[in-house]
Amino acid sequence: MPPTTEKTRTRGAPQRPGDRIFAAASTGSGVLILVILAGVAAFLVSEAWPAITAPAEDIPGDDSFVVYVWPLLFGTLLSAFFALLIATPLAVAIALFITHYAPRRLAAALGYVIDLLAAVPSIIFGLWGVAELAPRTVEPTRWLEENLGFIPLFEGPASATGRTILTISLVLAVMILPIITSVVREAFLQTPRLHEEASLALGATRWEMIRMAVLPFGRSAIVGGAMLGLGRALGETMAVAILLSPSGNVSFNLISSANPSTIAANIALTFPESSGLTINVLIASGLVLFAVTLLVNMGARAVINRRREFSGAN
Amino acid sequence: MAKRIEVNGLDIYYGNFLAVQGVSMTIQPQSVTALIGPSGCGKSTFLRTLNRMHELVPGARVEGKVVMDDQDLYGADVDPVNVRRQIGMVFQRPNPFPTMSIYDNVVAGVKLNSKRMKKADMDALVERSLRAANLWDEVKDRLSKPGSGLSGGQQQRLCIARAVAVQPEVLLMDEPCSALDPISTMAIEDLMMQLKSEYTIVIVTHNMQQAARVSDTTGFFNLKAVGEPGGLVEVDATDKIFSNPSVQATEDYISGRFG
Ligand SMILES: Nc1ncnc2c1ncn2[C@@H]1O[C@H](COP(=O)(O)OP(=O)(O)OP(=O)(O)O)[C@@H](O)[C@H]1O
Ligand SMILES: [Mg+2]
Repeated sequence: MPPTTEKTRTRGAPQRPGDRIFAAASTGSGVLILVILAGVAAFLVSEAWPAITAPAEDIPGDDSFVVYVWPLLFGTLLSAFFALLIATPLAVAIALFITHYAPRRLAAALGYVIDLLAAVPSIIFGLWGVAELAPRTVEPTRWLEENLGFIPLFEGPASATGRTILTISLVLAVMILPIITSVVREAFLQTPRLHEEASLALGATRWEMIRMAVLPFGRSAIVGGAMLGLGRALGETMAVAILLSPSGNVSFNLISSANPSTIAANIALTFPESSGLTINVLIASGLVLFAVTLLVNMGARAVINRRREFSGAN
Repeated sequence: MAKRIEVNGLDIYYGNFLAVQGVSMTIQPQSVTALIGPSGCGKSTFLRTLNRMHELVPGARVEGKVVMDDQDLYGADVDPVNVRRQIGMVFQRPNPFPTMSIYDNVVAGVKLNSKRMKKADMDALVERSLRAANLWDEVKDRLSKPGSGLSGGQQQRLCIARAVAVQPEVLLMDEPCSALDPISTMAIEDLMMQLKSEYTIVIVTHNMQQAARVSDTTGFFNLKAVGEPGGLVEVDATDKIFSNPSVQATEDYISGRFG
């Protein structure tokens, strides 16, 4: 095929204007993205610097920046982690149902609904969490406290309002479910028919075929989808801000009313009344969130790359 | 091992479309049966009814009888999964699982059939299957590498190793050499000659010389006319088909005088 050999052959040969324009445009956009990213990072660092170096007594809470940001970071990670823990298996199951079990009509309808759900603004989920879900969790969390209280996660005392890390994790899970599902479903649909047939011809049942051909093929999409979801859960602001009533505790207790807040929600709630160094502190906490998201993404990439040879992409 | 398959009055449908009509033939054990015929006459379709892969296409169904050593493959109480465990298949395009190593590819089917197996037994099985597929020497040092890293011909032999590892009764091959070079093709033909002492082999091929070289029996499929369903025109000993067929259409097709 000529187009692929072109590159090695045409040193010095006249280039077509179309190629030139396209090359310039795509290189330009690539560079632009990098410049914007670098700009954001530079802004965050320069604005955060005063807070990071400031003496402890100037920071809200009269302690160092690390002590200030730690409960927030903990809350962010805890709620996002549990959201992911709930949403990922569910998303994979739904995607499998849509692609391999549901009758074609139902599958199309379900896919459509999932895509619609992905477009619902997060504040709606937040309102639903406060008004509907939170009160409904009160009874079950009491039960958890009584029967599973020996597990630190359910130590209690169970919150009377239901505004707990558990509730927010559930809300976040519902919020990120559609995006994970649609990424994973897309990958499952692309599983080569050839490989599905190979396993069926060996005498695999449908479930065995899924384990042999579909899931391994969709592995990197599952990780990728989960990371997208995690990114959204980590950065989610409004739903958390209206749902949680933070007390700054650091504990794995999911069902009590003594919770840490999250970085994003804290910024949203504190920013309007802030001035001076407090603003720098908030920006510094934003920098921490930025770094965490970056790390998480790099981690996910490493996971995918480690088994690249076996990815089926070659 | 190696069973006889009797097909009787088989009609094959895709939804309402009758693709193949009225096939009756006997496939002898421990021999190679070749199916030849022009494109679109239903060779693949017929082959896939023998291990009940056909019904995986939505709306696809068959009428008629396929009996393997007294077992009606389309009986009401027959689980297609069990049929496929007894009747292995090699596809036109090599399709090793890209997410598995060479080793895991070979044992993929075995792991389905028998849940637990000692590591040593498994190793022995992998070596035996890869030797049977004439691939052992080429891959013995890289069994943990992905199967998709092999050449096309090696991949196809890996697929054959995977199919014979479960020790099926019958091996179906749909144009197994069509994506391969002459040397790999020879390797796979030799392999078929060896394997037929243990298995019943059915192969679809567009390569007349190949059919003549490897098969004991040849069946010629044809379309009566455009828009009509395909069907089996005649089936006979390969020597007879290639020297003195009883139907004119067969003669025309073999000698290249085909429409
Ligand atoms: N999945 C399908 N759905 C509907 N019709 C199909 C399907 N697969 C095949 N057919 C039709 O069935 C008929 C037989 O096709 P088949 O693939 O069995 O031919 P073939 O003899 O194997 O041809 P080739 O030599 O080109 O592989 C053709 O008319 C084809 O269009
Ligand atoms: Mg075919």
